[in-house]
Amino acid sequence: MLLEVENLKMYYELLGKGFVHAVDGVSFSMDKGETLGIVGESGCGKSSLAITILRLLPINGKICEGKILLDGEDILSMDLERFRRDVRWKRISIVFQGAMNALNPVIKVGDQIAEAIMIHKKVSKREAMRRVVELLEMVGIDPSRANGYPFEFSGGMRQRAMIAMALALNPEILIADEPTTALDVIVQAQILKLIKDIQRKLKLSVILISHDISMVSELSDKIAIMYAGQIVEFGDIVDVYTNSLHPYTKALLSSVPSIREKRRKLKSIPGAPPNLLNPPSGCRFHPRCPFKIDLCIEKEPELVEASPHHLVKCHRFEELRGIDFK
Amino acid sequence: MTSSRPVVEAVNLKKYFPVRTGILDLIRRRPKLYVRAVDGVTFTIYEKEIFCLAGESGCGKTTTGRAILRLVEPTSGKVLFKGENVLEYDGLKLKEFRKKAQIIFQDPYESLNPRMTVYDIVEEPLRIHKVGSKGERVELVMRALEDVELKPPEEFLYRRPHELSGGQRQRVAIARALILNPEFIVADEPVSMLDMSIRAEILNLMLKLRDEHRLTYLFITHDLAVAKYICDRIGIMYLGKIFELGLAEEVIDNPYHPYTKALISAIPTPDPRVKIGEIPIKGEVTSPINIPEGCRFHPRCVYAKSVCKRTEPELIEVSKGHFVACHLYK
Repeated sequence: MLLEVENLKMYYELLGKGFVHAVDGVSFSMDKGETLGIVGESGCGKSSLAITILRLLPINGKICEGKILLDGEDILSMDLERFRRDVRWKRISIVFQGAMNALNPVIKVGDQIAEAIMIHKKVSKREAMRRVVELLEMVGIDPSRANGYPFEFSGGMRQRAMIAMALALNPEILIADEPTTALDVIVQAQILKLIKDIQRKLKLSVILISHDISMVSELSDKIAIMYAGQIVEFGDIVDVYTNSLHPYTKALLSSVPSIREKRRKLKSIPGAPPNLLNPPSGCRFHPRCPFKIDLCIEKEPELVEASPHHLVKCHRFEELRGIDFK
Repeated sequence: MTSSRPVVEAVNLKKYFPVRTGILDLIRRRPKLYVRAVDGVTFTIYEKEIFCLAGESGCGKTTTGRAILRLVEPTSGKVLFKGENVLEYDGLKLKEFRKKAQIIFQDPYESLNPRMTVYDIVEEPLRIHKVGSKGERVELVMRALEDVELKPPEEFLYRRPHELSGGQRQRVAIARALILNPEFIVADEPVSMLDMSIRAEILNLMLKLRDEHRLTYLFITHDLAVAKYICDRIGIMYLGKIFELGLAEEVIDNPYHPYTKALISAIPTPDPRVKIGEIPIKGEVTSPINIPEGCRFHPRCVYAKSVCKRTEPELIEVSKGHFVACHLYK
């Protein structure tokens, strides 16, 4: 296993109010060359999980428990200086949400990518620029555009430049947090295709984070459904889609319109996601779940293997097999 | 479901925005430049219909919606509301029209004043139009909140927007649009800022309100999966023109125009076994300042012929109720 996350807990401390349980006991693992999609509503902790893996937490973000093993070595207990030098960007990099607006408007795009290289490697500007040309070609930008400023790039091209920057040091894992929100559909499709091509070519492992299950299904091999800081279902993406077990997954799927299907009534999930300052007792989905029983309120279910490599965190998944939401 | 009584008609509607030019351009006598945001759009929306304008950002769909409500003044063309030209309205008549035609904006985080309570926000249109006494207004606000399923309404009256979730905020925005009992609502991307699970809830609410209040909608969206779900008819826009128009299901399942085909092929589906194939389109969206000669899509079209570079195709009926503006269908 390339990356193993074990029982990770990361809370934000709110002075006088307690802790926001943003990531609360998350475990998963991924192999080299694999794409894992993480899907959930806003506020479910998916972006917090990403920045925890990169140790980019704000000052009130506290890692309370758990391990993150990269090739067997715990990167959470690693000395921060070493992590910064050897892991962040070099082995795990990220394309942030809205990244296309993260470029510095007054520095040429090529120079910005070169800067990322020169900070980590002792190379001359010329060598760095040679790498920039390679990278731009890889992401489908004409290398002559390296001398352009961000405002001369369209949204899609800026996103490509950000991907080039994330790939600058040949990382093993790329985290893409909502890489296509704010892009038009055709541009979105082109960026997804680009990620897929690069992933194959470089045998990259990708963690794709989004609220949009359709976008995630396009690229992922495996999927993790997150709810209120926890993974509630995990497995091969086709398995989870065709044979979803958790009521929340079923609900999510029945709320998404599909362009290739006949019109059907969309179902919405009643209520709103819980406040993570005081997560509900027992199963966190119970206040919104139409199938809840007393046990769900009293006891938190374990994430168990329902069938090989298909995990679910629900007391009643056996009885609910094949039953639709509501 | 829809009747044949037209509620809103746009006739050759145009909106050009002047591009700011400097003094140097004036001295050099450069021609004045315009962004042709809406460039001759014609369509009719019938009673109780949900008519959708869809397209990528910058195609002019939002400007069309605003021009119809005269939130921007159209450059030329006509907007007929139940047969009367809205562009000739002034003063009182315009105010009367504003009562009957309302708008819901995209971003419920920005369209609601954070300092106002839900009651003030929803009541404001009544105050502006001097409807009812204080007591009656309270009654009307409560009813509007119940209509949008913010129940019990007492619990929401004195909250402020920051105390509401995204879905609840959009419900408040809908209640505000409903309170004057309008006949026509422009909904500009009403669900694109919301989470997937909440989108379904708001879309279903809009469908319910259409039936209960006999509403007619102009629904503006970039998301064709949403359009297919909610709309009766759809117009696909590109650089200020309608390229294809017809029943939503028909246009999406059986598109004619090369642009519509490209757009539809690029949309991912929730089914992981169905993947996006090749997208039959070249390049990126052209600037609406320098609109290409002939068919404005020809530089990106994989089927472009020489005629496409010279003459602009008209919107013609290719099969019953299904219109397309493309030289391939003649």
